[in-house]
Amino acid sequence: MQIRTRNLYLIPYLTWILLFVVAPILLIVYYSFFNVDGHFTLGNYQKFFTPVYLKMTLSSFWYALLITGISLLIAYPTAYWLTKTKHKQLWLLLIILPSWINLLLKAYAFLGIFGTYGPTNKLLESLGIGTQQILFTDFSFLFVSVYIFIPFMILPIYNALEEMNHSLLDAANDLGASQWTTFRRIIFPLTLDGVKSGCQAVFIPALSLFMITRLVAGNRVITLGTAIEQHFLVTQDWGMGATIAVFLIIAMAFIMMLTRKRK
Amino acid sequence: MADQTIIRFENVTKQYDQDPAVLNDVSFSIERGRFYTLLGPSGCGKTTILRLIAGFTEPTKGKIYFHGKVINDVPANKRQVNTVFQDYALFPHLNVFENVAFGLRIKGCKNDEINRKVLEALRFVNLVGYENREIKEMSGGQRQRVAIARAIVNEPEVILLDEPLSALDLKLRTEMQYELRELQRRLGITFVFVTHDQEEALAMSDEIFVLNEGNIQQSGTPTDIYDEPINRFVADFIGESNIVPGVMKEDYLVQCAGKNFDCVDGGFNSNEQVEIVIRPEDLQITSPDQGKLRIKVDSQLFRGVHYEICGYDQDGNEWLVHSTKKAKVGEEIGLYFDSEAIHVMRLGETEEEFDKRLEAYSEANHAD
Repeated sequence: MQIRTRNLYLIPYLTWILLFVVAPILLIVYYSFFNVDGHFTLGNYQKFFTPVYLKMTLSSFWYALLITGISLLIAYPTAYWLTKTKHKQLWLLLIILPSWINLLLKAYAFLGIFGTYGPTNKLLESLGIGTQQILFTDFSFLFVSVYIFIPFMILPIYNALEEMNHSLLDAANDLGASQWTTFRRIIFPLTLDGVKSGCQAVFIPALSLFMITRLVAGNRVITLGTAIEQHFLVTQDWGMGATIAVFLIIAMAFIMMLTRKRK
Repeated sequence: MADQTIIRFENVTKQYDQDPAVLNDVSFSIERGRFYTLLGPSGCGKTTILRLIAGFTEPTKGKIYFHGKVINDVPANKRQVNTVFQDYALFPHLNVFENVAFGLRIKGCKNDEINRKVLEALRFVNLVGYENREIKEMSGGQRQRVAIARAIVNEPEVILLDEPLSALDLKLRTEMQYELRELQRRLGITFVFVTHDQEEALAMSDEIFVLNEGNIQQSGTPTDIYDEPINRFVADFIGESNIVPGVMKEDYLVQCAGKNFDCVDGGFNSNEQVEIVIRPEDLQITSPDQGKLRIKVDSQLFRGVHYEICGYDQDGNEWLVHSTKKAKVGEEIGLYFDSEAIHVMRLGETEEEFDKRLEAYSEANHAD
């Protein structure tokens, strides 16, 4: 009886998942078997394994990897420093704050900042370097992506560092470990779960970025995300778009498995 | 004797910012192969001394010597001491073997040497067969042993133990006290043990340092400290005691509770105000006429091994008695004690002055 009432509470969420998670995925799989003219085909999958799409997949992974790597390199020392600082809550708030602002607004802000007549170029000019093409380059794409994703990398690592028992560091030190050895053998292994969650939170969304590639990278960087958007909105080839989406979902599931926490 | 000294503190002060000093001008030395206990209430500076020896913190003033060399600036990882932490601080991502092997791996020992030493250390703490266990699969007492094995495997000259038994239940704690003492004897390594438990200190130590408010109040063997506490704090902290004001009439004669008693202490000024200590177990219950003191029983508790009887004399001094005999609440009883049971404390005497006085009057005794 009790179990039954408890199950009742699940109904709203289950309905939600069914309508907006399960059904869409099934729809995507369904659409991926139809061509532009609405005929059943396996051609989309064949097409995915042609060099054009494979290259696109590779480039997606490459950029996502770069974004994750750079975020990690910046986030780990930041998180470490955060645990040592006095006003933790304030700094944490400042780091989280940008993630509350709409993505589109932030992207537009960077259009201004990096634009030909923007403050960055003004600064470069006054330094005697002269106006540079910053917008629509790999650099601006990576910079903005890292900027957007970095809070998602810092937070889990910060939590992992905070959870760590600090007498372990004394213990390692006591047993003869230098600071670097302590980091390599104690701190990093113990915060690996945080690093994994961070990488998951950055890598997976970075795989399917399309708005930043379009606005900041000017479609010079073509990823799976942009390809899906193009197929659905421009070429109207829903079948092909859905096929790419299927692969993206498979890739995500694979990454989730790879970064699964140890028990 | 001098070459037996491993660690020496010379006027060491530790102060954080503008707060009062945690450790105030402390000097002592630690010799090879003995079991030392730093005993005191929380906040007395005992853990600070341990951290200073380990190298986790540096003294504000003064010098710390290790084999005659100043080690103030030597970082913890370069010191030949190892610590057993209060919460054990075992590495949760490594198994028992790897925890114990940690120090050896850092030193770059060969694999077969590591194998041999780790197994030997585990044998010492009775944990053979547990090498591949994860730390979270071990009980509190077992973790404790792993922590000790992790320290002894490095063959340090000194092992520091920071209240390592405080997280264990009473029975296990008593067991570990025996084991630790035994281990120390077998290894012959110097142990510096920190605790706030006076029974633990008395049971295990060769020498105890009693600390309070950043100062060493008294140091000595457990019997020295128990039988001849230097001041009210030590007398009160080490075991239970009756402390009453008195007047030293002359050497070996003290007045308290309106009566004169023979005692064995000397070297005082005549009519000097003093405090006298009588341990509750040194008081025997007799009839009111036969007792040296007469008290009215106020309360009585059964403690298992003895009754704890509390009463007042006619001057209002409180007397605590440990006796296997039962008394009746409200009854008048007599208390008898030997003259050796009285210990007289001079007010505000330092340990140095105390030792000097003790020497002076025992010499005078021998001359008689």
